[in-house]
Amino acid sequence: MQSVHIVSAYDEELKFLAKRIAAMGGHAERMVEQAVAALVNADQDLAQKVIRDDIVLDEGQREIDDKAILIIARRQPMATDLREIVGAIRISADLERVGDLGKNVAKRVMSVTDGREATSLYRGLEALANLALIQLKEVLDVYASRSVDKIGLMRDRDEQIDAMYTSLFRELLTYMMEDPRNITSCTHLLFCAKNIERIGDHATNIAETIYYIVTGDQMPAERPKEDKTDRVVVQQAELTK
Amino acid sequence: MSNVTGEDRRSRTSLTVRLWEARWYLLAGLAAVMVAYGFGPGRAWALPLAVLLLFAALFSAKPRARIAEKAREVEAEGLQRLSGEYLAAAVADPLIIFDRTTTVVHANAAAFAAFGGMAPGLSLSLKFRAPEMQALLDSVVSGKVASDALDYLEKLPVERVYRVTASSVGNGTGLFVLVFKDQSEARRIDRMRADFIANASHELRTPLASIAGFIETLRGPARNDPAAREQFLQIMQNQTSRMARLIDDLLSLSRLEMKPYLKAGAHVDLRQTLESVIDSLSPLARDSNLVVERDFAEGQLAVPGDRDELFQVFENLLENACKYGQSGGRVAVSVARGGTAAEPTVDVTIRDFGPGIAEEHIPRITERFYRVDVETSRAQKGTGLGLSIVKHILTRHNARMSIRSELGKGAAFTIHLPAN
Repeated sequence: MQSVHIVSAYDEELKFLAKRIAAMGGHAERMVEQAVAALVNADQDLAQKVIRDDIVLDEGQREIDDKAILIIARRQPMATDLREIVGAIRISADLERVGDLGKNVAKRVMSVTDGREATSLYRGLEALANLALIQLKEVLDVYASRSVDKIGLMRDRDEQIDAMYTSLFRELLTYMMEDPRNITSCTHLLFCAKNIERIGDHATNIAETIYYIVTGDQMPAERPKEDKTDRVVVQQAELTK
Repeated sequence: MSNVTGEDRRSRTSLTVRLWEARWYLLAGLAAVMVAYGFGPGRAWALPLAVLLLFAALFSAKPRARIAEKAREVEAEGLQRLSGEYLAAAVADPLIIFDRTTTVVHANAAAFAAFGGMAPGLSLSLKFRAPEMQALLDSVVSGKVASDALDYLEKLPVERVYRVTASSVGNGTGLFVLVFKDQSEARRIDRMRADFIANASHELRTPLASIAGFIETLRGPARNDPAAREQFLQIMQNQTSRMARLIDDLLSLSRLEMKPYLKAGAHVDLRQTLESVIDSLSPLARDSNLVVERDFAEGQLAVPGDRDELFQVFENLLENACKYGQSGGRVAVSVARGGTAAEPTVDVTIRDFGPGIAEEHIPRITERFYRVDVETSRAQKGTGLGLSIVKHILTRHNARMSIRSELGKGAAFTIHLPAN
């Protein structure tokens, strides 16, 4: 990106890709934000808007794919340029998934609105979403500034998200065991939490892609992560204590 | 005609100026000619030499005049030539200058501080990704509008609200400017108002529940008991007047939050306040099968402070003790003198003998909506605001609260009120 090509249209095309990615990122951030707001405030209209907005991201991804393929065919890119283009394809796919996850959360707003007494659950979900959104924002900021030295922090944040998710999982299980009438809304909330947690994972993926674009190396593979929900079991004894 | 004469005059004056500026050359030249005329063999050369010197003097003097003229011109257009960078640095709000490709050309120090990483060369449309920001940048850069403004909300990591104005600079410079006006403070005040409503409804619910309980009793078991009726009506009246006072207080709370000082001079009799707290909560204690034990120190127990606020502190604490310490069978309220000789305090301790609070919760327990055990709290209709209200009032009283607890042995909340 820093170097200038003899054919200035080539530069323009690369810049267009980056700009389009950023616009998609902005849309994805906004969608997740609004989906969680709709869930917390039981706002049906906002949820419907989020569901409608998803098409923007789908179009964005398709456009980037087309453009990237065209550039590869026309310019025979090498080194940084090639990584830039392949990276754009991968990042746009990740962002499109983030949008889908946001849409999924928004779709569940309708089903969750009945049993709304447990405000702490919504606070937990909001905190989880904030963690994921901060991660997404930082990743996209790094895409703009190309300062990959900040990427290390992202993995710590991923661990925080996983810890938060595990704790929410446990809480939701407790609610369900407490009263079977909670099961409907809690199951939906569980999926919402899972979706939000997945957004964090996509952000990490994007971070890795950016690292690859800028340095040309794969990010060192130390990813101990993974949430611990596969081992969470709530005993009946814990409930009655 | 006047133009021509004006030009003539200017050329004439400039000729005298040139001659005046070259006066030293001319004098030196004259001396040289005199010397040549006096001693040299070529007397015939003297006259042409003098003429040559005169011309040389005239032309050598010319550049100096030009420099002076230029300096005057520069001074005249000072404002136009003012550096954009200096101007940007003088603006206190974040200001970013960018070009047609939305690439940052210059960002002032405020923009660096607010957004970080605002290095020249960064693409703005990559940094500000919110859809409406993208639309704003696009419409200004494409020349559709000369300037436009919108409200931009940055939610994370801390919530900030800006009024953003984008406009093109000058005519055809190809540069644009983005100015951010911080409006987060106004947003925070809105948020405070929302919190205030949450507090208010919580505060009104407690006495209302108490009155509702007494009404139920009066219609039911105490229907034919004149003595009990009189006592209950008295308590109900106290509660309603307290509700009225609370409404007044809550309305002024938002004003008070700006300056966390108490009005000086008012004193509170702790003995009397605590007695009335215990009285008003006696139905709850009876329902929970709890005995309230009193252990008050001798003598006058007055501290500076606001009676209604301290009433609320003790009420919230005693209510919690009754709700969560039910299994202990008793609640102890004690008042003792403490602190150092220099700073004497009156310590009020409300202790329950219930399950206690685990160590990891104690630092967080005064946070709004923080609950140790959601299930129990929900069963007790707790709202999670009680202890944060306590903390808020204690800060206003310059007092502090210490919490001691051991699992299985109950919890003790001690309020250290400054005695004078």
